[in-house]
Amino acid sequence: MLGRTASNLCWMARYMERAENLARLAQVGHRVSITPDGMGGYREDWKATLASAGCLPAFEARGTKLAAAPAQNFLLFDRGHASSIRNCLEAARNNGRAVRTALTREMWEALNSTWIEFAAIDPAEVGPGRMVELLDWVRQRSGQFRGAMLGSLLRDEGFHFCQLGTFIERADNTARILDVKYNVLLPVNEALAGERNQHQWDTILRSVSAVGAYRYFYRDRLRPRQVAEFLMLRPEMPRSLRFCCDFIAPSLATLAGRTGGGADSLALGEALATDLRTADLDVILRQGLREFLQDFLHRNAAISLAVAADYHFD
Amino acid sequence: MRIAVSHTTSYRSDPPSRAIQALRLVPPGLRSQKVLAWELRVEGAEAGLRYTDAFGNQVALAASHGPVAEVIITAEGVVETQDTAGVLGFPAEAVVPAVCLRETPLTAPDAAIRAFAVSCRRETALATLHALLDGLHEAVAYQPGTTASSTTAASAFAARQGVCQDHAHIFIAAARTLGLPARYATGYLVTDQAQAPAHHAWAEALAPDIGWIGFDPANGQCPTERYIRLAVGLDALEAAPVRGVRLGGAAEWLDVRVAVQSQSQK
Amino acid sequence: MLKTQAYSTGNDTVCFDEMLRADFSARDCYRTLHEWLQRQTPGGIRAKQAEADAIFRRLGITFAVYGAAEANERLIPFDLIPRVISAAEWRFLERGIEQRVRALNAFLHDIYHRQEIVRAGRIPSEMVNGNSAFLPQMMGFDPPRGVYSHIIGTDIVRTAEDGFFVLEDNLRTPSGVSYMLENRETMMHLFPELFAAHRVAPVERYPELLRQTLQSVAPSGCDGEPTVAVLTPGIYNSAYFEHAFLADQMGVELVQGSDLVVEDGALWMRTIRGRARVDVLYRRIDDAFIDPLNFRPDSMLGVPGLFDLYRAGRVTLVNAPGTGIADDKAVYAYVPDIVEFYTGEKPILRNVQTFRCSIAEERGHVLENLEELVVKEVHGSGGYGMLIGPRSTRQQRAEFAERIRANPGNYIAQPTLALSTCPAFAGSGIGPRHVDLRPFVLVGDRVRVVPGGLTRVALKKGSLVVNSSQGGGTKDTWVLED
Repeated sequence: MLGRTASNLCWMARYMERAENLARLAQVGHRVSITPDGMGGYREDWKATLASAGCLPAFEARGTKLAAAPAQNFLLFDRGHASSIRNCLEAARNNGRAVRTALTREMWEALNSTWIEFAAIDPAEVGPGRMVELLDWVRQRSGQFRGAMLGSLLRDEGFHFCQLGTFIERADNTARILDVKYNVLLPVNEALAGERNQHQWDTILRSVSAVGAYRYFYRDRLRPRQVAEFLMLRPEMPRSLRFCCDFIAPSLATLAGRTGGGADSLALGEALATDLRTADLDVILRQGLREFLQDFLHRNAAISLAVAADYHFD
Repeated sequence: MRIAVSHTTSYRSDPPSRAIQALRLVPPGLRSQKVLAWELRVEGAEAGLRYTDAFGNQVALAASHGPVAEVIITAEGVVETQDTAGVLGFPAEAVVPAVCLRETPLTAPDAAIRAFAVSCRRETALATLHALLDGLHEAVAYQPGTTASSTTAASAFAARQGVCQDHAHIFIAAARTLGLPARYATGYLVTDQAQAPAHHAWAEALAPDIGWIGFDPANGQCPTERYIRLAVGLDALEAAPVRGVRLGGAAEWLDVRVAVQSQSQK
Repeated sequence: MLKTQAYSTGNDTVCFDEMLRADFSARDCYRTLHEWLQRQTPGGIRAKQAEADAIFRRLGITFAVYGAAEANERLIPFDLIPRVISAAEWRFLERGIEQRVRALNAFLHDIYHRQEIVRAGRIPSEMVNGNSAFLPQMMGFDPPRGVYSHIIGTDIVRTAEDGFFVLEDNLRTPSGVSYMLENRETMMHLFPELFAAHRVAPVERYPELLRQTLQSVAPSGCDGEPTVAVLTPGIYNSAYFEHAFLADQMGVELVQGSDLVVEDGALWMRTIRGRARVDVLYRRIDDAFIDPLNFRPDSMLGVPGLFDLYRAGRVTLVNAPGTGIADDKAVYAYVPDIVEFYTGEKPILRNVQTFRCSIAEERGHVLENLEELVVKEVHGSGGYGMLIGPRSTRQQRAEFAERIRANPGNYIAQPTLALSTCPAFAGSGIGPRHVDLRPFVLVGDRVRVVPGGLTRVALKKGSLVVNSSQGGGTKDTWVLED
């Protein structure tokens, strides 16, 4: 397999995953913006939403006033920065197009029809009413693509590069959401603020579609400690950092075994997975949640770079 | 005359980048020259691939392994030369002379060059070529710094000034319009002036029955025993001693040292 | 029942029809098909046509790399009714094509060596040495097995029972073979009963034969199984679908220039396992762009140093650089001489009569008869820069005459040909439509002509233009076995 092909597969999966995560963030942002703040106005937290999406600096550079419509438009349709849903869907499709014969027909149809249909949308015609529906549709299409991949793609190297793209991106996204809101998860908050931060914890869980899963798993009200544990360390939670690493490491091991290379990325991936498996939440909170998340983001990015170097992406 | 050459070219890139160059830096054996010893060394790139191209030039392909900050190319050797009044006859090469009537972007003639060529037409090809040589030496001043490597024959002729490359290109363009095959030659020249470059370029043209003859319009003479011929091609781009492609990074070529010395002969 | 009585050659009674004779009886090779056609209903055929369109649209959208809008643009109309060629006709064509491609390869070898044909005065030196398609850099080089053009598409038209003419030789990077293969797949899916009633020579081995041909011309120093790759300019190239299709069918890598690197005197592709050697490169990039170090310095598509490797015998380029000289429109007129010169035989396949405007008498004839002739630019392609005399205005002819006088070497002229017709589905019935044929030839350790090819059909009634950009479609081409 060409290094470029591996790179295209990895980034195809990454961009599709990113589009889904952006859709989820935009939905949460939208929901928050129509929730009364108890003081006669509405809660507005677009700044946190854009920061979680990793595109706050790009937005601020525009000098546009931060408000619902421009923020949503920026997340969905903007052509000028890499992390808009539009650009992600296009990039996913173009990466897939360059390696068309490495994909199954189901995967290609999911990629291609999603892009074609999204590109036909006129942003001016998407009012608040259609916004939720459109974002749901993006998430469904991402799910369809992943389902096609899992159900039809041969389990050779190509599959594992797709897996790496998916889970490196997902881990990055979850860690970023936590990083932006780490302060409301600190133990001190539970004691002092109590119920007042309930909606913040709710928002975090919604950002990874985990409100129901949390309730089912803990059979308890929202507690910041449990929210942090659920999103970082629980192997049962499919968007937790640990869950992602539990998929990244085996794919790296398979690739290393098949190619006889990949030592650097494998070492990084296994070390991170082991650290998460043996991590103790109390120790993390004592040593600093922020520091832990920053460190995770760096190590996750380092794995991505090592994969590109080990497998000759360019 | 026995001439010793040491020619070093270096290529620097910051940040380091992949380097690949085709080197035409090995003189062939000719009626006017016998190569006694010659060595081409490349530091920073691997240059094991050698072949002879259509014009009979020995080509070495230098390619670095991954990005490099510097490539140093050294051509060194000793050549014994003799004055043949520029006449080389018919050296072993694959191209047929008619190929050397082809126009290239650098040697495309304009009306002025055509008119100049017509004014130099004489009874025989040889006389015509000498008329071109003399006419050009007179018409175009040797003026370094006024032209670049991408300057065409037509624009240098219009400016009436240039360096050896421009003189050679105009000569070639003019000869071809008269149906006389002509081509670009590179090499070394032993000069008395210390500051003049020893790197040199001139033209070769074909006279029926006599064969290929060198013409150096920048100096207004045919090559003597003070010349070593390296490579030939349709123009300066094709005959370039070092032709490279930049693959990322900001790179520059620096000729750090060209030393040509005549050795006393026993 | 289909309105077969509507099947008349109409105004074009001078044309040769490949199915029906003048008395409306079917020619032998069409007898079974003709009977079958008479049993079909327009509705039934229309349903099959819709099914075929759906298959191609799906291919366009899913197998290929195009979006729905692009796929519709790209969708070249496919006509269901196969074109049938008898075993005897094919044997004749095959012999003629093989003779021609052997002669053209010999011509290429000669002009890149001693140029005996020029020395013998059979072709002007300027025509070769001054031609922009001629690459001086190729002189003196011996490609593996002496083959220059390995993959050739010969465009053939027919005007009578035994009137076959070569319209064009394509020796650079001919395309269209993927349509031949797809058309056959679709037909076998739609009409299995027709295949049961005919003995149709298979074309589906083409990718395998192509791979064998490519491997057979590996550099002499290559040990073990040679590694082949297909070099594409990338996804934005109009033939990218074919490049991906062929690489996939052969089971070899489809590479772009950026995937390749010249190192240690060899060509490598970057794989996830590190670099892997490439021995044979089937390049679908034009000569000028294959290597910025040797040709166009601004090319971003090629690989610097690739041509140096080729000349040093470390990699084989297919087709060889510089093969375009042999399908140059000005050289075309000399092909009969070329065949005779190198084979000592009379050409089996005829050329279309061609007047060279570079020659004074021929130019005079052209200028006097512009109304009846087709004038072509020597370096033009795709129907641009062309004058179709019978359909031109007085002013257009005057303009062309001016252009010919100003630059005679750039023009040739040919009589308008009465292309043969084949049955095609035309809404309510079937009607005769003009066709041409591009068989595909492979030259390696031996010459392989795949029995069949791409038939292009002018779907507009009476039209002689088969180009897809101007209302042309394609058909499956059946070569019958005895």
